Order: sequence, then C-alpha cells, then structure tokens
Amino acid sequence: MVINPDNYGLRLFVRYLVLSLIALIFIFPLVFMINSSFKPDSQLLADTSSLRAFLPVGDISLNNYFGAFQRAPVGLFVFNSVLVTGVTVLLSLLICSLAAFSFTFLQWKGRDVMLSIVIATLIIPFETIAIPLLLLVSKLPWIGLEGLEWGWLNTYRVQIIPWIADGLTIFLFVQYFKGLPGELIEASRVEGASWWQVYYRVVMPLSGPVLATAAILKFLVMYNQYLWPLIVVQQENYRPVMVGLGYFFQLNVAWGEVMAYLTLITVPVLIFYLFLQRAFIASIASTGVKG
Amino acid sequence: MAEVSFKGVKKSYGRVDVIKGVDIHINDGEFVVFIGPSGCGKSTLLRMIAGLEDITEGILKIGGRVVNELQPKERGVAMVFQSYAIFPHMTVRENMAFGLTIAGASKQAKEQKVAEAARILQMEHLLDRRPSQLSGGQRQRVAIGRAITRKPAVFLFDEPLSNLDAALRMDMRMEIGRLRRQLGTTMIYVTHDQVEAMTLADRIVVLKDGEVMQIGAPMELYHEPANRFVAGFLGAPSMNFLNVDVLDLDGEAATIGNQSLEPIRVATKRRPFRKGGKAILGIRPQYLREAPSGKGMLHGTVALAERLGSETVVDLTLRDGRELIAAFDEDKIFEPDDALELMFDTALAHLFPEDG
Repeated sequence: MVINPDNYGLRLFVRYLVLSLIALIFIFPLVFMINSSFKPDSQLLADTSSLRAFLPVGDISLNNYFGAFQRAPVGLFVFNSVLVTGVTVLLSLLICSLAAFSFTFLQWKGRDVMLSIVIATLIIPFETIAIPLLLLVSKLPWIGLEGLEWGWLNTYRVQIIPWIADGLTIFLFVQYFKGLPGELIEASRVEGASWWQVYYRVVMPLSGPVLATAAILKFLVMYNQYLWPLIVVQQENYRPVMVGLGYFFQLNVAWGEVMAYLTLITVPVLIFYLFLQRAFIASIASTGVKG
Repeated sequence: MAEVSFKGVKKSYGRVDVIKGVDIHINDGEFVVFIGPSGCGKSTLLRMIAGLEDITEGILKIGGRVVNELQPKERGVAMVFQSYAIFPHMTVRENMAFGLTIAGASKQAKEQKVAEAARILQMEHLLDRRPSQLSGGQRQRVAIGRAITRKPAVFLFDEPLSNLDAALRMDMRMEIGRLRRQLGTTMIYVTHDQVEAMTLADRIVVLKDGEVMQIGAPMELYHEPANRFVAGFLGAPSMNFLNVDVLDLDGEAATIGNQSLEPIRVATKRRPFRKGGKAILGIRPQYLREAPSGKGMLHGTVALAERLGSETVVDLTLRDGRELIAAFDEDKIFEPDDALELMFDTALAHLFPEDG
C-alpha cells in the first residue's frame, strides 16, 4: 500500500488532537485545584460557572496557603505521611520480595497452599478486618525506649507494620520471579551461591521493573491512608495528611484553603512519580507483553 | 579432578520413573557424552550430578564421596547451560568472577583467574562488555569462562551448542575439544547431536527411556552396537533394518534370507535366535555397494536419489515393498524405477533378535 503523505499527516493530526483532549480531561481537576488555591473563596465559587475556573485570573494571592498553615500543622502531617509511607514501602519491598522468593524458588511443604491463601487475601476488603485489627493492635506489646508497653495506638508503628506485607505485592513479585530464566538461578546455585546470595546478587538486581511497580502501588495506598489512621491515631503528632484534611471541614469550610492544602500534599506524590516514572512505564509495558 | 559414579540411581516424579536404575562409572579426566532422544533422561542425570535434581534411589559419588544429599556448591562441579545462563546485569568480567566472588576470593585472585580464563578462551577484549553486547558464541564462551575460573573437579555441559548456528557450532565444538586437552578435567557432556558425541567423547553413554543402552568408545558403539536402538541411533543416514527369516543356525552364525535378500550367513554374536524364526538384519547405508547384474544380495528399484556431490544417497524399494537407504561415496546418477542390485560384506552386518 502506498501511503499518501497528506493523508498520513492528517491522520497524525487527528490522532494527536484526540490524545490531547483526553490528556486535558485528566489534567483539568489538577489545574482547577492549583488555580483555585490562589483565589479567595468568593471568586473561587463565582468562577466555577465559567472557564475562568481553570485560569489564574482575578484576585491572585498566597493567602490560602498562609491560612492552611494556620488552620493545620501541614508540615507535620506531610512529614508523618512521608515517614510512614517511606518506611512501609521500603519494608514492604524487602519482606514481600523475600516471601515471593521463597514461594517461587524454595521447596517446602505446603508452599502452594500457603501461596493460595496469601493470594486469597486479595479479595478481603480492608473495612471487614478494620475492627478486629483495631482490637488486636490496641493490645499488642512493644518494647520501646521506656521498656515493655502495651497497645500500639497513637504511634507510627501502628500505621506501618500492618501494611508491610500484602497479597498483591507478594503476588506481583511471584509473577515476576516466575518469569526470570530458571537457568540463571540454577547457574548461580552451581557456582556456589547460597539462597540468600541468589536473592541479593542475582534476583534483586534483575527485579528493577517489579520493584518500581510494587513501590508505586504501595506508595499510593499508604499516602492515601484515611480510615485506618483515623481510627488508630487520636493524637495530632502522628496524624497523616488525609486525616488532616478533616481540619478544613470543621466549622466554616474554606474552599481556597482546602485547595491550597491539597496542592501542598500532592507535591510529594508528583515528585515520587516523576522519580520512578520511567521504571513504572517500562514495567507496565513489559507486563503487558507477557500477560 | 574427580571420578563420577552412579550406582543403581533412580529418579521418579510421583509414579513416573524417569531414571530407571543407572550404573555408570566415569574415570578421572575422562570426557563422557550422554546421548539419547528427547526425554531419555540425559539432562536429568547431568542435573543430578550438579545437585539440581534430587536422587530418588541409589548412590552418586563424585571423587569417591557420596554426594546425594550435598548442596550444589559442595560438589565442586561447574555447569554450562544451553541458554548460557550468564547474568545480564553483570559485565563479562563480573560474570566470570561470580563463583570466586561468592567464595570470597581476593580481588587479586579474581583478576588473575579471570585473565587466565579470558586468555584460554581468547576473549580478553570483551571483559568489560555486558552480555547484551555479545553474540551467541561469545555468550557461551563467557559461560565456559565462568566455569573455568573456579577450577572445578567436574565440568558439566548441558547441550551447550544447541542454540548456536551450524558454523559457530563447529568452531565451538573444536574449542571445547581443545579446552578439554588443555584442562584435562573430567567432563560430562549432554547432547542429542551425534557428531558432537562421536568427535568429543572418550566414551559415549547411550540412553533411552531412563535406561543405559550401551556405554563405550565412539567407534565401539558404531561398529559393535549392543542392540538395535544403539545401532539405529548412531550413524547418518541411520542403519537399515530388514525383517528376515532364520533359515539355518549353526554355532556362531545364522543363515538368513527373505523375499528380497538372497540367503547369507551372518555372525550371531551369541544373541539368541531360533531356526525357522524371525530376526532383524542391520546394515549401514555406507556399507552397501552396487552389484553386477545377477550377483546382488538385495534386489530393489530406485525410489529417490539425492546427489550431495561427495556422496549419493539412494532410497530403494525392495521386492517385498520395504524401503532401504544406500549411500555411495561418489557422485552417481540414478533414475527413479531403475532396477538396482546391492551387495555388502556380511562381516559388517548385524543380526538382532526380533525384540531388540
């Protein structure tokens, strides 16, 4: 078939136009949020009926940001969330990959049954176990700086430990590990590597794509935590960003400040995503080909 | 360096026996090739030596030591895989030093041993490359290099040349032969390629369905196959088998014949036959010669003739309708349906009982 250059150019133009429109639809809420964070409530509400809602026009100032910092300890909430999320992501990558390594490469009795059980946990919604889990963590012991203590409520650990291991992350790792060439593992065994050495010298260095995927998924879950910290943390010191949003809906709702707060807490997500973007896209692409 | 011996070794997956009791003794410094059709258990045997497969029953010794329960790293073996199995995230140098790194060797020792292996394999200029930048032959060389650096007692090769193209395969085959003379280590090599087996091996182990069919030097297997399977497996084109009647039997030979075969006497080699019974005559295509008219032992017509330049392979239809292949070591012209009479030296023929 001979490609008509004019026709080809037109088709390309239409394709880009459609894709740009779709991109715009996805970007509008973000643009609206950022623009509104600079506007006073009266103008913000008035602008919602026109396209001005998406443009930085009118009475633009940083007042909402000052207001947000006055209303809530934004810095503390972001710090809490980043800490809890960061630690959970790192521990999750370690623990879940180790579990998956065992499920994939080691031979032990009941292995397949255990893996089925782990994967079955995927269908249990968190809401159904929230209360039993609350009762459990409220009575668990911990050895801290002040010796033995009971109950985990109002801590970082109560927000971290229950979220480290999860079926989805283990499943992701298992699927990826199964795709690694078995002869690489056997070759390293014959070369004298212990299972531990196989894990960190061969399997982990080859797991970049799945590490990125698991990290991003876990990051999103953790950074967006709302229900769990709401019920296990009553003290402001340990509160994460999403629970902090509640501060803006007490008494009178200041929409400008809400938008400013949302903009502020979105920044870490964007940084994290930009950081892992390439790996994330690569992993989606590769799983697409395989699956 | 070490001997390797299997004593009554069996391997089953559930109720399926893949290795049905194998006894093989491999001498120190010997090059032994395991050969057989797919699923004969040759790779399983090799993986048992490496410690990658459990042994269900029997005893496996390396260097006089029972290794049944030992981890791969405790066995002193190195293995080269069909898919090369070199680590994509490491340079050639790191790949070759992997075993030494694991063993905690000093940097200096690693440098020296990698340099030595690279010199033997003539790949000094590739040391800083990544596997993705190498050709198939070079990758397999890296895999061999990784095996050499640790100075293992036994080298295991699992179809190392199967993924290479024909020309490269020949080069690498010669290289492995050279390496073998240079290192003098015990080597066990699995292949389904009989050329590799015939050219490289001190001894060949022919396997079928998890059992040893015959063990011996390449020419011993070629000239004195223990059974019909070995006779048919080695040699190309493969040996012709003809169903014949045993017309007469005396001490060491049988007189045989059939519709297409004039009665001839062939040594029985102490195999059991019965007068009036059936037998199978095996004769290699290369041993068949054209006979003057009226003096042939076999009578047939040409079905197809393939001229290869140095030889001519003729597919014949015998009088009883069976097919026979003859290979003449010169360029000859045959037309389909030409009548052809063949003769052969009966000392080069083999007589097998009907059941094997």
